[in-house]
Amino acid sequence: MAFTTAMARRLIGRKSVIGARSMSSWWRNVEPAPKDPILGVTEAFLADPSPDKVNVGVGAYRDDNGKPVVLECVREAERRIAGKLNMEYLPMGGSVKMVEETLKLAYGENSEFIKDKRIAAVQSLSGTGACRLFADFQKRFSPDSQIYIPVPTWANHHNIWRDAQVPQRTYHYYHPESRGLNFAALMDDIKNAPNGSFILLHACAHNPTGVDPSEEEWREISHLFKVKNHFAFFDMAYQGFASGDPERDAKSIRIFLEDGHHIGIAQSYAKNMGLYGQRVGCLSVLCENEKQAVAVKSQLQQLARPMYSNPPVHGAFIVSTILGDPDLKKLWLKEVKVMADRIISMRASLRENLEKLGSPLSWKHITKQIGMFCYSGMTPEQVDRLTKEYHIYMTRNGRISMAGITTGNVGYLANAIHEVTKSA
Amino acid sequence: MASSMLSLASASPSASLSMHDTLKGKVRLGSGNLTAWFHKEKSNPFINTKSSGRISMAVAVNVSRFEGITMAPPDPILGVSEAFKADNDEKKLNLGVGAYRTEELQPYVLNVVKKAENLMLERGEYKEYLPIEGLAAFNKVTAELLLGADNTVIKQQRVATVQGLSGTGSLRLAAALIERYFPGAKVLISSPTWGNHKNIFNDARVPWSEYRYYDPKTVGLDFEGMIADLKAAPEGSFILLHGCAHNPTGIDPTPEQWEKIADVIQEKNHIPFFDVAYQGFASGSLDADAASVRLFAARGMELLVAQSYSKNLGLYAERIGAINVICSSVDAAARVKSQLKRLARPMYSNPPVHGARIVANVVGDPTLFDEWKAEMDMMAGRIKGVRQKLFDSLSAKDKSGKDWSFILKQIGMFSFTGLNKAQSENMTNKWHVYMTKDGRISLAGLNLAKCEYLADAIVDSYHNVS
Repeated sequence: MAFTTAMARRLIGRKSVIGARSMSSWWRNVEPAPKDPILGVTEAFLADPSPDKVNVGVGAYRDDNGKPVVLECVREAERRIAGKLNMEYLPMGGSVKMVEETLKLAYGENSEFIKDKRIAAVQSLSGTGACRLFADFQKRFSPDSQIYIPVPTWANHHNIWRDAQVPQRTYHYYHPESRGLNFAALMDDIKNAPNGSFILLHACAHNPTGVDPSEEEWREISHLFKVKNHFAFFDMAYQGFASGDPERDAKSIRIFLEDGHHIGIAQSYAKNMGLYGQRVGCLSVLCENEKQAVAVKSQLQQLARPMYSNPPVHGAFIVSTILGDPDLKKLWLKEVKVMADRIISMRASLRENLEKLGSPLSWKHITKQIGMFCYSGMTPEQVDRLTKEYHIYMTRNGRISMAGITTGNVGYLANAIHEVTKSA
Repeated sequence: MASSMLSLASASPSASLSMHDTLKGKVRLGSGNLTAWFHKEKSNPFINTKSSGRISMAVAVNVSRFEGITMAPPDPILGVSEAFKADNDEKKLNLGVGAYRTEELQPYVLNVVKKAENLMLERGEYKEYLPIEGLAAFNKVTAELLLGADNTVIKQQRVATVQGLSGTGSLRLAAALIERYFPGAKVLISSPTWGNHKNIFNDARVPWSEYRYYDPKTVGLDFEGMIADLKAAPEGSFILLHGCAHNPTGIDPTPEQWEKIADVIQEKNHIPFFDVAYQGFASGSLDADAASVRLFAARGMELLVAQSYSKNLGLYAERIGAINVICSSVDAAARVKSQLKRLARPMYSNPPVHGARIVANVVGDPTLFDEWKAEMDMMAGRIKGVRQKLFDSLSAKDKSGKDWSFILKQIGMFSFTGLNKAQSENMTNKWHVYMTKDGRISLAGLNLAKCEYLADAIVDSYHNVS
């Protein structure tokens, strides 16, 4: 449509308008974009004047007072670097130190792959940027491939691979009846995908459901991937944030590595270090050998260069300052556990409250699920009622951001949920 | 903190790969040794299957999907800095770098930036996600800086401003917008231009062609050629213009020439697309350096403008810039902004906060703003100073009567010397002066103390090498 309009203009032939008033717009055919479903929730919340309002929409951590948190280790790192460093361009691949420390978190402190330099890795614009770089890389070097994405998944996954022009297919994941994992259907879909398919996996704390495979289930998935020769791409946005223990949260990845897969990983420090707005993350691709890793890294840089040239430095230096200092790193691990523990306790509290209210439904899944999000099982209509009648804001898929729950509002929230679901 | 960092503001003969090049035969994932997988085999010969269903991995499959991936070509600028680092000669000079250096040839963090950072530290601000379009305070000041706070288009809210990842990211967003809403439309870029422009349009799948710009005979602007090429382009093309301090040549149109360029663009219904990476850095005056953009806006034209704060605020690595689309109506601006956001979300979700806050704090505070203007004046002044000294040295040393005044006429960080490839190589091999093969030198890497030495090198290379 845009093309026809532009062509029409050319054919009609415009008169010279030197010195004339403003011309009619080139952008006439540009429609208003739909609101982003996730970020739009927060916008609506901010606009609501009600004193009772609760935001369990966007996935940003809040403390028990409902306030954003900047970690102590981050403040300290900031103090150390403020005004001291020059701001020269980072290399296209980003901060080497930050990437080194980040790989240790994912692959293991003493990973042989790191020692053998088999990992092609670049600093990325948080998790989004890592996924996008990989999607572009996939498009360029495996142009006939598709990406398999779980149902449901973080909405932006679809946008990313679409804008990278990689066709998408889905695989079963969430089981609505049990509010858990549809393992049989998942395995079936993995089996039926053509050999050598690219498959997106959430390493831990699945977004939006909070439903993760068990360790045993991960092993079976890995085995099936081996048989089918699939490529596993892990999106790990919550390492440390899910169980409180980064090593434990990386278990799925470690299983795949043990089994000999050559995987890709998108890592983000948005949640686990609270560096949301800094946009710090890492994309890594495990290769056969050092030579290949060097080649792959060079190609990742080629993709980054016409997108943003080189990544932002500030967040990267915060990360490398923290992870490079044993005391700061210890502090960070403690603080991550505090965040994870608070969420786990809010899960318990919400479930308890609902059960005490005599809800006819089962809310076991609230404590079984893990990470920032809980797939409540509520319908869009029930969610709309929560918003209209109780000023509670969440995405219409029934996803609750546990980070937005506090001891102060858990009772109110439980009551509201009970009210809109008790006759379900 | 080496100046070996990638210098982005360089134009070197681009060694970037077009998509086409990249796909030419060599880089298919999974091609090559596809014995064990890819549609043919049903079972993987590397695995022993046991009846219990638990499979023991005999040997890890070691045929890589990335077998066919070749090494990307080295960046032409990074190569220069790397060679410079490896050179042990004490007379060596790095004129490849596109980042400002002090007279002592050290990187420079502006005082206002340090002050702003300390203010931010004291306030202890949150690190929450910015909205997709970026920091509101930043977007406001950046548009005002570009157009003037009392500009009609701002008052009428006809500018769609979205914070971008410095100049590159802002250009890329605009390119993506063009690809989506003007499929088939071409972008015309100057010959030569910053090397990364081509990469950006290639990766965004926007076709481009060149308009004549640099005239090697005069070491000046080929104005006739430029106008002819703009006239010859299909109606409704996007014309990429450097707002000031053209990179890599340093040659800018005069105000009269800008008027004529605007005439042709209007005649042909082209869309002007400005890359403004040096506002304030070129002449020392923010307003003077924005004159070209303001001229076009004043004519009621719709235009795109990418901005960068890498050089003028020294915020290189913070990646702070903006894409501005000046539209003919408030409604169009709102719609365009919403679509820019939709393009940004699957690229990086929302932009980094730190650089945006620094800019908002500096520009938003009258004292800091004045201090910034003074520092920018100082930086631009130092560059002008070395230009003058270089010109004086060349005039004194070169007895041939050659006119070196183009050095004074050119503006900004770079100078196109007119040296050819062989002569540029002589500069490096004989004189240990590192520069790009297109004859471009970065005056930001030159100081007064080295002007005479550089003049000797240039005179020798120009006259004794062909």
